[in-house]
Amino acid sequence: MTELAVEAEGLVKHFTTRKSVTRAVDGIDLAVPQGSVYGVLGPNGAGKTTAVRMLATLLRPDAGTARVLGHDVVEDADAVRSAVGLTGQYASVDEDLTGTENLVMIARLYGFSAAGARARSAELLDAFGLSDAGARPVKTYSGGMHRRIDLAASLVMSPSVLFLDEPTTGLDPRSRNQVWDIVRVLVDDGATVLLTTQYLEEADALADRIAVIDRGKVIAEGTAPELKSSVGEGALSLHVADPARRAEAAEIVERALGTPVVLDNDSTGLSARVPQEGADAVAGVLPALVDAGIAVPEMSLGQPSLDEVFLALTGQPVDDADASTEEVA
Amino acid sequence: MAEPSAATSGMTTPEATTLREAVALDERPTRPSAVSSTLTFAHRALLKIKHVPEQLFDVTVSPIIFTLMFVYLFGGAIAGSTEQYLQYLLPGILVQSVLFTTVYTGYTMNTDITKGVFDRFRSLPIWRPAPIVGALLGDTVRYTIASAVTLTLGLILGFRPTGGVVGVLLAVLLLLIFAFALSWVFTILGLVLRSPNAVMGVSMMVLMPLTFASNVFVDPETMPDFLQGFVNVNPVSHLVTASRELMGGSASFSSVAWVLVASVVMTAILAPVTMRLYRNRS
Ligand SMILES: Nc1ncnc2c1ncn2[C@@H]1O[C@H](COP(=O)(O)OP(=O)(O)O)[C@@H](O)[C@H]1O
Ligand SMILES: [Mg+2]
Repeated sequence: MTELAVEAEGLVKHFTTRKSVTRAVDGIDLAVPQGSVYGVLGPNGAGKTTAVRMLATLLRPDAGTARVLGHDVVEDADAVRSAVGLTGQYASVDEDLTGTENLVMIARLYGFSAAGARARSAELLDAFGLSDAGARPVKTYSGGMHRRIDLAASLVMSPSVLFLDEPTTGLDPRSRNQVWDIVRVLVDDGATVLLTTQYLEEADALADRIAVIDRGKVIAEGTAPELKSSVGEGALSLHVADPARRAEAAEIVERALGTPVVLDNDSTGLSARVPQEGADAVAGVLPALVDAGIAVPEMSLGQPSLDEVFLALTGQPVDDADASTEEVA
Repeated sequence: MAEPSAATSGMTTPEATTLREAVALDERPTRPSAVSSTLTFAHRALLKIKHVPEQLFDVTVSPIIFTLMFVYLFGGAIAGSTEQYLQYLLPGILVQSVLFTTVYTGYTMNTDITKGVFDRFRSLPIWRPAPIVGALLGDTVRYTIASAVTLTLGLILGFRPTGGVVGVLLAVLLLLIFAFALSWVFTILGLVLRSPNAVMGVSMMVLMPLTFASNVFVDPETMPDFLQGFVNVNPVSHLVTASRELMGGSASFSSVAWVLVASVVMTAILAPVTMRLYRNRS
């Protein structure tokens, strides 16, 4: 069995305000093998940031335990801090300072000499394609550059465990790919990365294992193919040319796939979930429609989206509403 | 199926190679001392002054406005002549200028929290109070600038301290010690309140009575009894008295000791509260 880099059992954090209790994290178990990318996937307000902040020793759990490389995050917080790097919306570099100044400062805080810190900073700026921007205040950086300097800052000491809280949220596709490539290089070199994301696509592209969390609880855990097969292979959607023949087309699709067909709001579209191992059935749909003489100008097969995963796992669509909040009597 | 993409699978692009080399660290330095980490944070405060010099505007302009306003507006009425009032007022206005500058401590700290900079510091394996103590040390630079501006203006206007350079420097030193101790009030506000502007507002509400209900502007003898009661226990009054005495060359042990003891007591109580809030922040 591989060693675990991060393990959590029954982690709980509730926030109490005057009127209500928010169960931000409500009993989470995690087991992250060393040298892997672990994705924590969940909608806004699911409790991802709260969970990461507990693992990174920034927040004390109300209940449960967590260990990073065997160090307890409460009892042995300092050892955890020495081993991890953290980047996220809520762990940022100083925007007033330049990129170089930020990295030099952090290197100094890890104990580098003044000259050593400058060298380390230059090396990291170069590796992250920020050499030209090193002398500029971070507030002048683009979103992608900002995220890269944040990443560089968390890598000053080459941590063996890296927590990335929504590292690509708000980035354009190119910057997002850069971040993905960085993560892959790090893990290739033996680091363990725990990243949170709202995008199934991202978890799918990067993570070896994924925990889907909703309202502070893990509702599913597994590899990306495992999760997807629990949802089906995706969705087939098509448009018929003649609205009058949609009902007929729906019947054919339903017969081929064996899953219920949903009619779109317009008069020509319809879609259906593709069942597990239903790829062959999909192949039969188009010929069946052609045989019936129904013209299909548009047809597509989509990967299941996070919404579909959620729908399948929870029986309800993703709502952006906050985690379960209860009125206090 | 094709490989995911050339850039992601092979990882032999030049970028990937430099990244790999940069991430690998052959020599891991040992942890720095508490003092070294604290100085790093003090240095950060100085860098921020360098990059955002606007923040010095308040520090330099408000002492000038306060001094000119009080000397020329009230000097005649209060002391008979502006010249004479200046001798009385300047040590007090110096104290006021510097104490007003302390509100930035909480403001900056709250800004750091809202922007997530503090979470990054809290995730580092460093001496825990270092970010706060370092920031407070850095702030003394601001206090020194406010002191220098006020004193220079005072000297131009005709302030003649009989205590000489030594007396003035000792008064400033005492003031810096007290300002450092008072800053802990603002670090607490910075940690507890929700936004930088709320911190600013509440800090002003703390400072107004502390500086105005004191002996900065007028002799407390002229005040009603209930006010005198407060003014006489107000630590700012004692600080102003000690500064006047030091600048006037006739410092008494008791007034200086009072200020030092008050500073130690404030720090001893408020610093642990600050650290507790800092550790348990959610
Ligand atoms: N410091 C806090 N005080 C009160 N409620 C909080 C705090 N931090 C987070 N929450 C609440 O906890 C829930 C989970 O938040 P968060 O962990 O930030 O979710 P995510 O990162 O998945 O979007 C949300 O309802 C959020 O409003
Ligand atoms: Mg979040």
